[in-house]
Amino acid sequence: MRARRGEALIERVLLFLALSAVAMLGLIAVFIFLQGLPIMLEHGPGSFLLGMRWAPTKGGFGLLPMILSSVIVTLGAMVIAVPLGLACAIFLSEIAPRRVANLVRPAIQLLAGIPSVVFGFIGILIVVPLIRNYLGGPGLSVLAATIILGIMVLPTLISIAEDAIEAVPKPYKEGAMALGCTHSQAIFGVMLPAARGGILAAIILAMGRAVGETMAVIMVIGNAAIIPQSPLDPARTLTSNIALEMGYAAGEHQKALFATGVVLFVFIMILNSVATLRVVRGDRR
Amino acid sequence: MTRWINVEVRHRIIVAGLWSAAAATLAVLALIIGIVLWNGLPMITWSFLLEAPKEMGRAGGIFPAIVGTVAVTLLAIIVATPIGVGSAVYLTEYTSESFLTRVIRFGAECLSGIPSIIFGLFGFIFFVIQLRMGWSVMSGGLTLAVMILPTIMRTAEEAVKSVPESYREASFSTGATRWQTVTQVVLPAALPGIVTGIVLGIGRGVGETAAVIFTAGSSLHIPTSVFSPARTMAVHFYILAREGLSMPHAYGTAAVLVILILAINVTANWLMLRFRAKTS
Amino acid sequence: MTMTVGDAKPPGGSPEPRPKVLVDRLSVEYDGTPALKGVTLPIFRGEVLAITGPGRSGKTTLLRTMNRLIDRTRGAKVVDGTVRLDDSDVFDADADPCLIRRRIGMVFALPTPLPKSIYDNIAFGPRVAGTRDSDRLDEIVEKALRDAVLWDEVNARLHDPALRLSGGQQQRLCIARALAQQPEVLLLDEPCSGLDPISTLKIEEALSALKRDYTIVLVSHNTQQAARASDRTAFLLMGELVEHGPTGQVFTNPRDTRTADYIEGRFG
Repeated sequence: MRARRGEALIERVLLFLALSAVAMLGLIAVFIFLQGLPIMLEHGPGSFLLGMRWAPTKGGFGLLPMILSSVIVTLGAMVIAVPLGLACAIFLSEIAPRRVANLVRPAIQLLAGIPSVVFGFIGILIVVPLIRNYLGGPGLSVLAATIILGIMVLPTLISIAEDAIEAVPKPYKEGAMALGCTHSQAIFGVMLPAARGGILAAIILAMGRAVGETMAVIMVIGNAAIIPQSPLDPARTLTSNIALEMGYAAGEHQKALFATGVVLFVFIMILNSVATLRVVRGDRR
Repeated sequence: MTRWINVEVRHRIIVAGLWSAAAATLAVLALIIGIVLWNGLPMITWSFLLEAPKEMGRAGGIFPAIVGTVAVTLLAIIVATPIGVGSAVYLTEYTSESFLTRVIRFGAECLSGIPSIIFGLFGFIFFVIQLRMGWSVMSGGLTLAVMILPTIMRTAEEAVKSVPESYREASFSTGATRWQTVTQVVLPAALPGIVTGIVLGIGRGVGETAAVIFTAGSSLHIPTSVFSPARTMAVHFYILAREGLSMPHAYGTAAVLVILILAINVTANWLMLRFRAKTS
Repeated sequence: MTMTVGDAKPPGGSPEPRPKVLVDRLSVEYDGTPALKGVTLPIFRGEVLAITGPGRSGKTTLLRTMNRLIDRTRGAKVVDGTVRLDDSDVFDADADPCLIRRRIGMVFALPTPLPKSIYDNIAFGPRVAGTRDSDRLDEIVEKALRDAVLWDEVNARLHDPALRLSGGQQQRLCIARALAQQPEVLLLDEPCSGLDPISTLKIEEALSALKRDYTIVLVSHNTQQAARASDRTAFLLMGELVEHGPTGQVFTNPRDTRTADYIEGRFG
């Protein structure tokens, strides 16, 4: 009997541990919102989400330039990452011989493991001067951030998209090819449409990663709290907004940064939920 | 006939394009690693690794940063592993699919999607301020633990799930309790997979900056206890690069980081291969 | 737990002794689909009972219910009746499934060695039950391996991985592992399926030596094996117990036409 009580206790402890992930999520949400929501409500969410001037020590809490910059940089990164990433995903699951795939896949995982500060560093060393010398502007720009981010989210996109393509039942492809299609016609005509749920999820998750990226972006985007008029302009994203000023912000300024965090958090939660739901629905089909 | 040739040609071009995409991606990887190692390897000497920085990092070595990295990452692993493995064991061995398990998994998924700057904000307000731990190895390590928890949970669950059912049946049929089965049969069999998850978690932790800089601080001193502030290599590198203090030293730190990541990835891959071989 | 009164084999004519295990009006369902329907079957101490029947008759379900391994099957439910071990209900709220599984050992159709050494496989059960003394464990391991007719083949390499043994040896290892717990009843679910004739012979040889000390329930859809090895036979068809009795009688003079049909190979 004592053994049975011991077993029941163990089960309870394990349940407690298992709930901790959810608990942590809740705790994070609570604390971020607790710090950031009051100031947003006090000055009105409109002044945060639609305001144009960011001068938190003087009551200017306009995040619109940062929101727009985050969106622009993310979309731009997708322009680079989606074609390149999809191509790699197709390559890995359909074209590459096994031995080549077994070399390429770990290489992509390695790319995923490179710290974001190193990416930012490479950005400063190579991308920024290239832009400055050949395209003009200060070099520290939306374009630089777009390029670096596009490369950084590639591994995420590739691995999820590859899984989605792998999951398409082989008969779909074989059926198409038996009818006389070439391999690539079968891929683009049959497999990709069949995998589109998972591929979309891959793209959305990659977008989530791009929106949340901080260090690399800070190092190459130039950090001007303005709405960029061209890709060569410097700008500031929601993440860099927080990271840059957190070191010395106090009082209301600090709360304003938490408010930025709230906006970011909600944004990412929406993106991730959409992606997760899509994966679930895609699988059911 | 010509139409067929056109289609074939198009196929060949597409395939060539796909190969180039893969090659381009690999080229980027090679470029990044190449530049860092080319410029940074010469800097890695014993004195670089074992000395303290001088003049804010313009000279000297990176020893305190190495200690800081080890301390913070080790703490994170010590905290995250029991929680992650315990959760995985619970989900696989003690319950069947239900609303609760879906909630738990959803929580872990969401947690893994949260950007590191948010973890930095949370760690700052919760550990540093609310719990009065101040900028310290403790704050940094605990924040990092929450960050890598989903990784460890996911790989541990996969590892535990792929232990063959026949092992469990054999164990139960001799009268073992569930916990005995878990500790004496399931976990030992799942160990390589679990360790892979831990190694991947270490990899994430080592490269983390945004979450660590606001929680562990950026003191240049060697941390003497878990409540001392510390600087990790990634943070040190970021400060060197941002302030432009010393290119060679920045390269050197980056090179150490990259080599570490390389070693971690190779280890994780090797472990995963061993694990797959054992269970197939 | 009460002591049984009278535990000899049922001689012809004397009053029926209390069975060692009594399956009592047992009905089991999987997610609503019946697998066993009102099965009542006594199993007497010291006998070898063969349970035979075509696939999906419920033979495995019956075994797994006896040692409560059925608890682990999702969707399985005992909807009526129970199993009694020495007159006490194995499904009683106070009953400990772990203790029951030590008293009723089981060997599965496919060999299920643990990923450990031969020695550790056999010692697993006793260790889990609390035996720590290494001399005692050595004794137990040797006796179990001898009883399973495996000792001569492995005694020089007890610490080799069990997975390196051949299929037939692995199955005898599983028998030894079950025996190491010194069970009162041994359940064998198609132990020779998938084994070559020589291994099968060795296992039957082991079983005939074991019947001295153990009560054995042997599931086999191979009717000749059932006839060879057992004292009594039960015939299960689609979850129903069609008939049971002394092996000789069931095979030469079955009471039910379905039994006759099955034995003569007209179906199954």
